[in-house]
Amino acid sequence: MNITDWVADPANWVFVILGLAVLGAGFRVVTSQNVVHAALALVATLAGTAGLFLLLSAEFVAWVLVLVYIGAVIVLFLFGIMITRAPTGRDTALDHPRKAWAALVAGVLFVVLAWSSIQAFGVTELTQVGEPTSTETIGLSLLGRYVVPFEAVSFVLLAALIGGITIARKDLTPLEEAEKGAV
Amino acid sequence: MIVNQFLVLAAVLFSLGIYGLLVRRNAVMVLLAVELMLTAVNINLIAFEAVLRSSEAIGQVFAVFVITVAAAEVGIGLAIILMIFRNRASANVDELNLMKW
Repeated sequence: MNITDWVADPANWVFVILGLAVLGAGFRVVTSQNVVHAALALVATLAGTAGLFLLLSAEFVAWVLVLVYIGAVIVLFLFGIMITRAPTGRDTALDHPRKAWAALVAGVLFVVLAWSSIQAFGVTELTQVGEPTSTETIGLSLLGRYVVPFEAVSFVLLAALIGGITIARKDLTPLEEAEKGAV
Repeated sequence: MIVNQFLVLAAVLFSLGIYGLLVRRNAVMVLLAVELMLTAVNINLIAFEAVLRSSEAIGQVFAVFVITVAAAEVGIGLAIILMIFRNRASANVDELNLMKW
């Protein structure tokens, strides 16, 4: 596949637009000096990712991403930010001063990942894009071949829920407990 | 579309997550960077599924699993951060040096 064919495919224009949005918002997530702005930039990143999933004909996962991540996880994050009273305005002390080393590690990691995926896949084309995977297929797979991991992951979720409540609950000191018992 | 454009995009997103993980001091921001990395993994899984087109949609099933585990991770992580904040009045990871020799 040469570059002319690539540009001629309108799906690639959608990819470029969504990809730039995802990367720009992702960059804001890790560089923003404002905690709330970073969390909201993550919303934009995830929305762009859901668009990429639609482009890759994964409709169910795209909407799961919108519902679970944008709907629930981001709200949890905002709760976390507000409760820990993280500085909600601009804060220049949000980052560690030695950014150059972190950038070096991230850059080397990117080169390794990109090089290895280019070596492995070259210009493998996505031929069957445009035929969405039906939710029925995913449902049958989840409750058929993958029923044990499915149940395990739901148990993990339940355990995490109970564990989260237990960890975050405020324990009384022995003195307070004695007072409570007296009343 | 070729598969590598999605893989390279996911690699950039993963590297951004690593950068944020290393550079952020606030623990909530570290968790945000972890979410970026998990999203990059999900893009990879969905892209591989678009190549394979398996009859059981394996890649998408695993992306759903990753999303579920990520939700559990955020719940537990934020509970731990809340507890640390309550005890130490700070959520900065570089001030949590109690177990550092």
